Amino acid sequence: MPSADELKQRIEAALPGSTAEVSGPDGVHFEAVVTSAAFAGRSRIEQHRMVMDIFAGQLGGEIHALSLKTKTPS
Amino acid sequence: MSEQQTENPLRDAIAQAIGENDIILFMKGTPEVPACGFSSRAVGVLQALDVAFASVDILPDPRIRQELSALSQWPTIPQLFVRGELVGGSDIILEMYESGELQELVGAEASGDAPDAPAADAPADSGLLQPENLLGKD
Repeated sequence: MPSADELKQRIEAALPGSTAEVSGPDGVHFEAVVTSAAFAGRSRIEQHRMVMDIFAGQLGGEIHALSLKTKTPS
Repeated sequence: MSEQQTENPLRDAIAQAIGENDIILFMKGTPEVPACGFSSRAVGVLQALDVAFASVDILPDPRIRQELSALSQWPTIPQLFVRGELVGGSDIILEMYESGELQELVGAEASGDAPDAPAADAPADSGLLQPENLLGKD
């Protein structure tokens, strides 16, 4: 079962220079707020895709849901 | 996209539904009886906007979700499309509603000649497997 900390590390490793706050008390439903300069100039859907692609194959499976907010650093 | 015939009639039917409905929500359950909290939230936002929207229940056949996700490259349900473009799932829908972006996106349509009646609603049980029935025309 993936942990919130594991998700955080995978996001931050996959998107260089990003910061992620992840919570997922039940181990299957996660919430993440991801801030990354890599999001600049991209639509929300593209930003979310960049994060969800990291977990391709796991979403809907062992990660039942990943609720996401993406931000660019101000 | 919808004109192009492929070996995959179900995917064609989904693409056609997306192309022919200005606002279409793929969800679990129906707007009247949503079968999942995320779908329910998406319906709530669209109803708050007071716009007509088509909806497709993906639950009756697992292939609907499979083909939809293959087409949209988006793994989760619900999925909202506006004028042929994937807007997002419930997180994005809610965030754009709260920021006013969603109103702007669909508002231009609503102020036009969009009918009040949800005439474009795809019947949940007609099934995407019969493209000719999808929009209740003919």
